[in-house]
Amino acid sequence: MKPARSAPAANQTYRLAPPLFDARCKACWFGVGLLALVVASFWSLDLQWRAFLSPDAGRSMARFVGEFFPPDLSAGFVRKVVAGAIETLAMSALGTLLAAGFGLLLALPASRTHDGDRAWARAPTRLLLNALRAVPELVWAALLLISAGLGPFAGTLALALHTTGVLGRLFAEAIENAAPGPAAALRTQGVDALRVLLYATLPQVLPQLISYALYRWENNIRAAAILGVVGAGGLGQLLSFHMGLFQMGKTATVLCAMLLLVAAVDALSYAIRRLLAR
Amino acid sequence: MRAALPRRDPAWLGRLFWTGAALALLWPMLVATEFRPWVLFSDQSRGPTLRFLSAFVPPAAGADFLWLVARETWRTVAIATAGITLALLIAIPATLSSTRVLSVSALSGRMAPLAAVLRQGVRWLLVLLRSIPELVWALVFVRVVGLGPTAGVLAIALTYGGMLGKVYGDILESSDEHATRCLLANGGGRLQAFAYGLLPENAAELTSYTVYRWECAIRSSVVLGFVGAGGLGQQLDNSTKMFAGDEVATMLLVFVVLVALADRTSAWLRRALS
Repeated sequence: MKPARSAPAANQTYRLAPPLFDARCKACWFGVGLLALVVASFWSLDLQWRAFLSPDAGRSMARFVGEFFPPDLSAGFVRKVVAGAIETLAMSALGTLLAAGFGLLLALPASRTHDGDRAWARAPTRLLLNALRAVPELVWAALLLISAGLGPFAGTLALALHTTGVLGRLFAEAIENAAPGPAAALRTQGVDALRVLLYATLPQVLPQLISYALYRWENNIRAAAILGVVGAGGLGQLLSFHMGLFQMGKTATVLCAMLLLVAAVDALSYAIRRLLAR
Repeated sequence: MRAALPRRDPAWLGRLFWTGAALALLWPMLVATEFRPWVLFSDQSRGPTLRFLSAFVPPAAGADFLWLVARETWRTVAIATAGITLALLIAIPATLSSTRVLSVSALSGRMAPLAAVLRQGVRWLLVLLRSIPELVWALVFVRVVGLGPTAGVLAIALTYGGMLGKVYGDILESSDEHATRCLLANGGGRLQAFAYGLLPENAAELTSYTVYRWECAIRSSVVLGFVGAGGLGQQLDNSTKMFAGDEVATMLLVFVVLVALADRTSAWLRRALS
């Protein structure tokens, strides 16, 4: 008989650690496999430790960092950076807004709301959502440059595509998990599907959908700051532009702006979470 | 008798106001992001786009190209694995030196000032490492060590070192500290208290978080390729710039499969651990 090891201990405080190293030693095999993976990784990548750890590299690194000072704080350039930061914010906000709209549109066919619903589009829509989600924003941006051209528009669309995948899936799950009572009541009265959605399902899940969208917006601000590296607008574009021209003072200013933006978003979301949790 | 229905929507003023406010907010955003969807359908963008997309089918499947993709895929995984390994070299000492539960002086009242300063300093260092995106680290390292996987590995090591260190610290501090304090109070060393008190209690959670981060590192190592850090991303970037739609299609497929596999492996490992 197997020992009942998943049963909770009578005294939760002194329960034993999970059996990571059991008698058949699954963990040993896991460890050996892991070690092999790590060794193979380091061995197959021709890492240039010598180039990185030599005193020469140390000097060039120090020179590189030294060039960052002093950051370019002239009024004209600071104004440009602020414009870049605003562009980043606008990209993230608009991208998230578009994604919330399209996510909701795709979440409807991707969810089965009641037992009689055949939901024939569920599997293909979910496949589409997963594909949208699996490709990172930056890859979308690089691909979209071909049709949207350089600039923030490509970045906005890239954010919108990736986020549509993420939000669509979350929205679909929220819709499927909504309490079925109100919708069933309307449906038995012969109300059509659109009105059932508008007057029963949506009012129930709307707060959850909004909180998902806000959470993704927070992520997207961080993503939008670096999207420009491939040429898709915002602070990232300024960064790669000035770094490419070896204007290190300006690069430092853009880096500081990026850090400030990310830190501000982090602090704000932390404060809001604390406020809501209270 | 029915009560007379109002002739007008009673909330019309509010609705009008909020619609106006939304438009007033949306307009500057549309201007700032140069939001012009018709650009997508203009003559000069439609041609290249259609040509690029029509090259997607069939995906490139030459033996040479598939071999290249396989090699680059392995490099992507290897960059992520090596990066996480180095990140652990940053995260583990940082966690050990910043965990408050392992403080001997805190056993009797307040932590000694020097120890408190050290712990806070390490935490700030971790926050700094974490808050610079890995792509920016990669841009910097590509400058210093040149194009190639070294920059990618270092970028992942630094950012993920900060993340892992921070989260390890949070996990250890939120666990039950009774056993650890007991060991410390009875004269055990800090390392002993960690190995016999904190670690057994949190091993599963720590491992599961590490596996999850490894999965994230695979995704970000693809992205790092776009700034020249090697792997699948770099090939994808090259093929996109050459408008080679068939190659892009193959690599996107491989990428989606790779992410799905990493997702499955990590989910399976985490389930096995819990």
